[in-house]
Amino acid sequence: MRQSEVDYRDVQGLARFGYGKIKGASYALLRIKDVAAARAWLRSAPVTSAVVMKPPPSTALQVAFTASGLRALNVPPAVIGSFSPEFLAGMAEENRARRLGDIGSNAPSNWKWGYGAADAPDLIVMFFADSHGLGSFIENSKGVAWRGAFEELRWLGTADLDGVEPFGFVDGISQPHIDWDRQRDVTQPQIDYSNVVALGEFLLGYPNEYNKYTDRPLIDPDPVSRGLLNAEDAPDKKDVGRNGTYLVVRQLRQDVRSLWQFVNQQAGGDAGAAEKLAEAFVGRTRMGSPLVPRSQQEIPGIGPNPDEICLNQFTFAKDPAGSGCPFGAHVFRANPRNADFPGRPTGLAKIITMLGFGPRGLRDDLMSPVRFHRILRRGREYGPELLPEDAVRPAPPEDPERGLHFVCLNANISRQFEFLQNAWINSTKFSGLTGESDPLLGNRQPVPGCPVTSDFTEPRKDGIPQRVSGLPQFVTVRGGAYFFLPSLRAFRFFAEAGIAR
Amino acid sequence: MTPQANFMVLAPIDPARRTDLEQLLDSMNDGPGEVNRANPLIPFAQFGTLHFARLVILNDGTLNDVRAYGGGAVPTYPLYLAFLGDIDGEVDSFFKELARRAGDGLRRIFSCCEGFTPGADLVNWMKAHEAPAIAAYVNWRGRTVLQIHEEAALRAALLDYARTNAGEFRDLPPREVHRTLRKFLATELSSGRLTLTPPRSAPIVWWIGNTLNLIGIPLLGLLLLPLLILIAPIYVFCLRRREKTDPELCWRVSQAYSDHLSLFEDRYVTNQFNAMGSLKPGLVRRLTMIGVLSTVDYAARHFVRRGRLGRIRTIHFARWVFLDDKKRMVFFSNYDGTVEAYMDDFINKTGFGLNAVFSNGIGYPRTNWLVRDGCGDEQKYKDFLRRHTLPSQVWYKAYPEFTAIDLERNTRLRKGLEVSSMNEEEAREWVALL
Repeated sequence: MRQSEVDYRDVQGLARFGYGKIKGASYALLRIKDVAAARAWLRSAPVTSAVVMKPPPSTALQVAFTASGLRALNVPPAVIGSFSPEFLAGMAEENRARRLGDIGSNAPSNWKWGYGAADAPDLIVMFFADSHGLGSFIENSKGVAWRGAFEELRWLGTADLDGVEPFGFVDGISQPHIDWDRQRDVTQPQIDYSNVVALGEFLLGYPNEYNKYTDRPLIDPDPVSRGLLNAEDAPDKKDVGRNGTYLVVRQLRQDVRSLWQFVNQQAGGDAGAAEKLAEAFVGRTRMGSPLVPRSQQEIPGIGPNPDEICLNQFTFAKDPAGSGCPFGAHVFRANPRNADFPGRPTGLAKIITMLGFGPRGLRDDLMSPVRFHRILRRGREYGPELLPEDAVRPAPPEDPERGLHFVCLNANISRQFEFLQNAWINSTKFSGLTGESDPLLGNRQPVPGCPVTSDFTEPRKDGIPQRVSGLPQFVTVRGGAYFFLPSLRAFRFFAEAGIAR
Repeated sequence: MTPQANFMVLAPIDPARRTDLEQLLDSMNDGPGEVNRANPLIPFAQFGTLHFARLVILNDGTLNDVRAYGGGAVPTYPLYLAFLGDIDGEVDSFFKELARRAGDGLRRIFSCCEGFTPGADLVNWMKAHEAPAIAAYVNWRGRTVLQIHEEAALRAALLDYARTNAGEFRDLPPREVHRTLRKFLATELSSGRLTLTPPRSAPIVWWIGNTLNLIGIPLLGLLLLPLLILIAPIYVFCLRRREKTDPELCWRVSQAYSDHLSLFEDRYVTNQFNAMGSLKPGLVRRLTMIGVLSTVDYAARHFVRRGRLGRIRTIHFARWVFLDDKKRMVFFSNYDGTVEAYMDDFINKTGFGLNAVFSNGIGYPRTNWLVRDGCGDEQKYKDFLRRHTLPSQVWYKAYPEFTAIDLERNTRLRKGLEVSSMNEEEAREWVALL
C-alpha cells in the first residue's frame, strides 16, 4: 500500500484550522431551490483549502452537505447510500435522538431548525471574516447565482467572546493532535495516554485508530468521477470520501443566569464558593487550568508551547479518588485521558489484566480507551457576553439568547461524536456514578427506573462524597444536523455528478 | 451461597398462530422495549428470584449465508419461540412457581407453539422443551435478587442518614464515619427497618455437581491430552487453511432493520442483546466452538473474578445455546450501556475471546490464529454483528435502575459494614462508595 502525503489543497481548511484569528463568522443553513443554479454557485464558490497561507487568510469559506442536500444535487443514490447510516438517518431520527439525550425540551420537535422536511438544511455555508468585513465578504461570495439557487433557512450568527464560552470559562483548550504525517503506529496497544490521534479518525480515506479505512463511498472511475483521488485501500476505485469528513453542528442554548444563580444559591451567596462549584462542574478553572496537578511525564501531542503544557499536560491517573477533579466533571466525561489498559501493565501483567485479574478497584477499567472517541471541535459562541457577576441578577425582559454553535469533525459519527455524547456526557452511570449526567450539558430527564439524574457528586479526600442535588437543565438543544464536509475534489464531483444523468 | 441457574424453553411456533403470538407478546409491553412488569400474562415482578427474563422469536435472517459454502439447498428450520430467564435457586421449583402464578398466561403463549395441547402439564412441557446452554456467565455468583434489593435499600438508608446528619459527618474522619454507620445499621437491623438476609449455604446436590465439574473437566482434558497432542498439527493445519479462505459476510443491514432494532435499545441503563447465526460447516469449526465455549463455561463457573468477564464489567448474565444439532447458535446477554459502547468494549477489551468464539460462525471477519484480527476490523465486525442481532419482543430486568457496577458498589458497602474495624486506607475507600 503506497502511503502518500496529504494533499492539503484538497482538504477544506476547517479540518486543519479553527480560523481563530478570524474573529467574525456566520453560517448559512440553506435549502436548494434550483439545482442548476445551485450547481453554478457551487462551481464558482471560493472554498478555502487547508494549505498554509502566508500571511494567514483574512477570510475563509467552507461548505458541507446533508444527505438531503446530496439527494437534491442528484448525486447517484449508490454513492449517497454508501455514506454512514448516522449521516443518512440524520441527527433528528427518533431513536438517535433518544441516544443523544435529545428528549424533553431538547427534543427535535422543539428545535428551531433541523427537524422535519421543512426545517432541515441541505447544506451549510460557513463564512469567516473579520467582523467589519463579514457582511461584504458574504455579499461578494454569494454572487449572482445565490438568490436563485438557495432558500435561506436560517443564519447562525456568532459572537467573538475572546476565547471564553458563555458560562464564562476559557474554551477550546483541549484538541486532539492530528497525525498528519501518519507517523503514529496504531497497531501496538497504547500504554500511556497520548494526544496524537490517527489521521483517519478525522479525515476519510486514511487508516483510523484500528488501522482500518472507515467506510465511505468508493466508485468505479467514469468521466465524472475522473477528478477524484483513488482509494488507498482499493486502488482501482475512486474515493468520494477521501480528504472529506463528517461535520456535526448543534445549536446549544446556554442559560448563563441559571448556572450562576444555581451555584450562587448552593454556596449561600459566597461568590468564591459559587465559582469553585462551577469550576468543579467544568473540571477546569475559569482561566482554564486543570483541577489536577500537571504530569511530570510529557504527553505526546501536547506542547512544546508552554501555555499548552500548563493547560493540557495532565491525566486523571494521579487522582484515582476524584478528589481533585470530580469524575462527573465535564472535561472528565468528555476526555477521561485514559489509555488501552488500566495501570500501564507490561508483559505478563498485561495478560493477567486481559483475563480480568488486573486492578480490583470499583472504578478501574470502566471506560473505553479514549483514542477511539476523540472529536475535533470547531464551535463558536453566539449572543452577547454576560459576566458571572451580572448573571446572578434577575433577567431583564427580552433577555437575548446565548449559547454555542457546537461544531465538530469526525470520520465516524457513531463511534466518536455519538459515543461521547451518549456513553460519557449523557450517561447517568458514567465511571461508576449514578443519578447524574454532565453537569453542564445534561438534560436531567428521568431514565426508566432512575427518576433522579440531576445530582452532582464531588468526591472528597477524607469523607463522604459531597452531593449537590437538583441541578437545573443549563443547556438546551435548539437545532442540529449531520453534514458531510467534502474534499475539494468531491465538492466539484457533487457539483457535476448529477449532470450526466 | 445461593447458586444462580438459567432456563430456556424453546418451541417451534405454529405458523398459523404467529401473528397471534406477536400480538400477545406486544400486549406484555407498555411500549416498544418497555415491559409491563405486572402484565397479566407473566407478572414478572411477582417472582422474587427472577433476575432477567425475555421472550424472543428466533427469526434468523441470515439462513442463506450457508450458500457461501456452496452445496445444495438452504436448510429449513422451524421458527422458534424462546422463553428464558436467569434465577436464584433451581429451575424445577421456579417452573412450579411459573405454573402457579402465570399458568394461564403461559398456556396462552405456548398454545401458539406446535405440540402444545390444552391438556398438557405445563411444567412437564416446559421441561421437555428446555434447551440447555453450552456456556453461561453470571456477573456475581451467589448474589440473589433479594440481596440486591436489600443492599440497595441499605445504601439508600446510609445516604439518607448521612444527608440528614450532614453537619455531624462533615469533619468526621473515615474510620469514625464507618463506626458511626455501623452503629446506625445495628439500630436499623434490630428495629427491622433494614434487613440483610444472611447468605444460605449452597444445596448439597449443587455443591457435589459443581465439585465434580471442577475436577472432572480437567481430568477429561488430561485423558484426552495424548489424543489432542496427536491431532494438534492436523487441527492447526485445517484451521489455518479455513481461516484464510472462509468468506466474510459483513455488509450493513438495511436502515429499516437497524431502526427496528433501535426501537428496543437504549431505553434503560441496561440493554438486552440476542445474536443468532449458523456455524461454519465441518468438524474443525464444530470442535473449536465446543472446546472454546466449554472453556468459557468452566472459567466462568470456577475462576473468573466476580463482577468481570475478562476485562468487561458491564454484563449481568450471558449465555450461548446451540440449536438444531449444533448447526446454529444463539447468544444472549444483558449488558449496561448502549449497544455501540458494548461492541466497542468487546473489541477493545476482549477481542481475542470474541474471535475465538464467534469466528466459528459463518461470515465473521477474517481471523488469524483464531484469536487475532477478526473483530479488530471494527466496522466489518459491527456490520456482521448487527446482521445477526434479533430484537427481544419482551425483556424484563428485576432491578432496572442498577448497573452491574451499582450492584458491586452496594455489595462492597455491605461487606465493609460487616467488618468491625478498618485501617485508614480501607476506611477512606469504603467511605468513597457512599
